[in-house]
Amino acid sequence: MTRQFPATAAIFLLLSLTVADYIATPANPYQQPAIVALGSGSTSAGGFCGALPEPAPG
Amino acid sequence: MTATLTSQNAPAWPRRTSLILAATSAVLAVMILVGVRYGLLLAVGLGFGLVLEGLRFGFAGPWRAMILRREPSGMLAHLLAIGLVAVVALPLIAARGGELNGALAPVGWAMVGGAFVFGVAMQIVLGCGSGTLVNAGSGNPVSLLALPFFAIGSFGGAYHLFWWIDFGSLPAVGVSNWSGVAITLIALALVGITLLRLGAPGQRRILKRHIIAACLVAVLALANLAVAGQPWGVVYGLGLWAAKGATTFGADLTGSAFWSATESRERINQSILLDVTSLTNIGIMLGAFIVASWRHGGLSDKLPRLPLKAWVATAIAGLLLGYSSRLAFGCNVGAFFSGISTGSLHGWVWFAAAFAGSIFGVRLRPHLGLESRP
Repeated sequence: MTRQFPATAAIFLLLSLTVADYIATPANPYQQPAIVALGSGSTSAGGFCGALPEPAPG
Repeated sequence: MTATLTSQNAPAWPRRTSLILAATSAVLAVMILVGVRYGLLLAVGLGFGLVLEGLRFGFAGPWRAMILRREPSGMLAHLLAIGLVAVVALPLIAARGGELNGALAPVGWAMVGGAFVFGVAMQIVLGCGSGTLVNAGSGNPVSLLALPFFAIGSFGGAYHLFWWIDFGSLPAVGVSNWSGVAITLIALALVGITLLRLGAPGQRRILKRHIIAACLVAVLALANLAVAGQPWGVVYGLGLWAAKGATTFGADLTGSAFWSATESRERINQSILLDVTSLTNIGIMLGAFIVASWRHGGLSDKLPRLPLKAWVATAIAGLLLGYSSRLAFGCNVGAFFSGISTGSLHGWVWFAAAFAGSIFGVRLRPHLGLESRP
């Protein structure tokens, strides 16, 4: 067996999960942020490894 | 035999054309179905994957080369890339605060311990956050096995994160603007000089391939910052994938302060194509796959034969990679690269702790049966 098998399996699984996730929770392309955050005037709010969310009250 | 010869003699252009078309179609599909910004972020991720796999550049390998063979080239390239990003990012974040955020995170006991464990585990599987994605996309079975465990570990680490932080943590400290650039560049230069002095005679240089890779990674990291408003990261996205999987199977996450937070719940209920780090992670794997498929015979290497203990060690190390990187507020990308380049003190502490862990991990790896054999 060559590296072709795990590489293809990885991409197949990745794309399958992405498509399944999109079907389950489709995005609305008519509600999208500015193309680029820089200069948009909007506050950046993406998830990040170093960021802590505000715990839910209670 | 005939089939092999036919395959080897087949022209490469149909395969390569289809790879370009597939990548372009994926970016356009995300732009149309999700949003232009998200398509751009997928393109940035693709760029990272193309550069990291195409120029064989990563984090775990260069650290290993320095520890085992005293070859500082790769690590010097890391410092170069971080410096290039810092020169642009720090003044930009200072000028456009809110729109752009740095990778600022607190230093604490769990953070230091997490970085040390990450360094150990990273050398066991020979892949950090981005490295595991690149290696999985280019057909490395060890990384392919480690990846789902990495995601589960990242989910678990985030689940318990607030509990770990309670062991003791300083406020997030960092430098900013042009004074921050000066401090960061001086510190990077001091580390660079130390690496050169520790390097083996004849190895005290930086390879051209590494310089090119460092410059390209810096450009992509700045593009990530400008488009997303936040620095390049990896492990958050992996934990989010596992959190979505857990909720799909009915798991109740209200017991976790992290995953029950309003913003976390919103992201779990959204498509991963709306998550910045998920998009770049997907792009990295696709980019690595494209390069491996593009190369003549790039995926024709036989898989290494590894003993059972190597696979068990890989699964455990994958879990540890994910769990520890959440306690450490990032991996080589989110904490070391993005942390230092956007002025966070925790990036430097992470570097010291993870490098100490790597020294241990490099020596542990052969005992776990993971040194490759044909």
